[in-house]
Amino acid sequence: MNGLTIKKINEGLRNKEFSAVELAKEYLERIKKEDKKINSFVTITEDLALKQAKEADKLISEKEDISFLTGVPMAVKDNILVKGEKCTCSSKILEDYTAPYDATVIKKIKGAVILGKTNLDEFAMGASTENSAFFTTKNPHDLKRVAGGSSGGSAAAVAADFCAAALGSDTGGSVRQPASFCGAVGLKPTYGAVSRYGLVAFASSLDQIGPITKNVEDAQILFDAIAGKDEKDSTSIDYEFLISNFEFRNLRIGVPKEYFVEGMDEGVKKIVKDAIKKAEDAGAKIEEISLPHTKYAIPVYYLIATSEASANLARYDGVKYGFSEPAGDLFETYLKSREKGFGMEVKRRIMLGTYALAAGYYDAFYLKAQKVRTLIKHDFEKAFEKTDVIFSPVAPTPAFKIGEKADNPLAMYLSDIYTASVNLAGLPAVSVPVGDFNGLPVGLQIIGKVFEENKILQIAKFCQK
Amino acid sequence: MISKEDVKHIAKLSRIELSDKEVKRFQKDLSSVLDYFEMLKEVDTEGVMPTFHSSENYFKENVVRQDRVESGDIADELINAASDKKERYIKVKSVFK
Repeated sequence: MNGLTIKKINEGLRNKEFSAVELAKEYLERIKKEDKKINSFVTITEDLALKQAKEADKLISEKEDISFLTGVPMAVKDNILVKGEKCTCSSKILEDYTAPYDATVIKKIKGAVILGKTNLDEFAMGASTENSAFFTTKNPHDLKRVAGGSSGGSAAAVAADFCAAALGSDTGGSVRQPASFCGAVGLKPTYGAVSRYGLVAFASSLDQIGPITKNVEDAQILFDAIAGKDEKDSTSIDYEFLISNFEFRNLRIGVPKEYFVEGMDEGVKKIVKDAIKKAEDAGAKIEEISLPHTKYAIPVYYLIATSEASANLARYDGVKYGFSEPAGDLFETYLKSREKGFGMEVKRRIMLGTYALAAGYYDAFYLKAQKVRTLIKHDFEKAFEKTDVIFSPVAPTPAFKIGEKADNPLAMYLSDIYTASVNLAGLPAVSVPVGDFNGLPVGLQIIGKVFEENKILQIAKFCQK
Repeated sequence: MISKEDVKHIAKLSRIELSDKEVKRFQKDLSSVLDYFEMLKEVDTEGVMPTFHSSENYFKENVVRQDRVESGDIADELINAASDKKERYIKVKSVFK
């Protein structure tokens, strides 16, 4: 039972080749034996998994028509609430926090078997899981390298075959970049396509939950399951996704000239260019496009993300839930609980956001960033007037070495350069593995117009290695 | 370079206590990131409206829902999550002196 996809598991279960319980036990065994060297899981939810697997088997024995996800062993990023299980966000401040309810996406994947909660950069703030308060997840392709982040645990778990598929969250690239680093498929849906209810908030105008899977077909299955309007997330949108019909020879692919500049790894450049060539050979029309405000995406992203984070993380006060450090008065309780509960990067971002929102700086930093965000969005709208989709790298490099960027926050921030603007504009984008460089996987990013997930996934299916 | 006093002030607004060592480190870190952010000044945003929300075109009016009681009583669980409580109350240090 190696390398099983959602599709294969669904067939196997329907044909009674194996039971959901057998499958769950096999994966749990594998995690217990082999995750010591990868560190992808923060919590293994064995009791829940076996209970869900038994229910899945019961369903399978009672009727033939089961959903694609019934009995499928999955992993969930540890910032998504699963009722009755810990949800740590890889932070000390939530180390002992138990989720009182299910996130909407967890309700939507009902039937699936949840094996455990995966590691992330604390509160999803990072690009390598090195900011986890617990441990760093290693890349299954090279244990000296990072799995990427912030959904590094989910991507590594998929790549190491510790689960069939996983859920991650993407605020500035946190599904796509680790997928690229680990050789998995990662989809960041259109803002509003998937409910954020039960996702621990980092930057509310950017966060989206997305699938991380072994192939494009599975990403489509998982996306179809989790998408939809939810009364509990007022920013979710009711949208009817249609089957994407297009012919490759009529496809216009835009390649942003600003994305192939200095700082980009030559190996990544070659692999991405080869993928573009392959699409051209299949009849697609390749056009150079310009996204002139690209270089401002990182400052805009970090100003908005940290501002929203500083407000969202104000809820960790040492009173209502989470870690509490007893102190003399209420103010001291706040100071000490947050001092001990948060790690360096989270403190850094809360402070940056507080600074950007402070009186006297609001116009110069926060408001300015929101205006430049409009220009970034316009860049895409203009590009999409003459192209159907955009092809780009996911990250400037393949997986980097553990520790390589840990002491340089700015260098770490720059690894989001190709992904963050997509969140700012609210667009869907998929990272699909298209090659290897010195044994390290490299992904291609396909960016689509809003709600054109089906189209970018269709194209990704053609491109996947 | 932002001053140590600025860092301490921001830390206080953020409700985070910092050691002297951390103040020094954040002074350096925040300064380099804020310097980098300065590049936004060169962008002409005259007459450009801010985008607070990327999908705002989809929302012509405020989204509201019915104010009705739903089952799924989790009040006790929520109270249980607090570190300091008495019966069904969360205990908080006094606010007034």
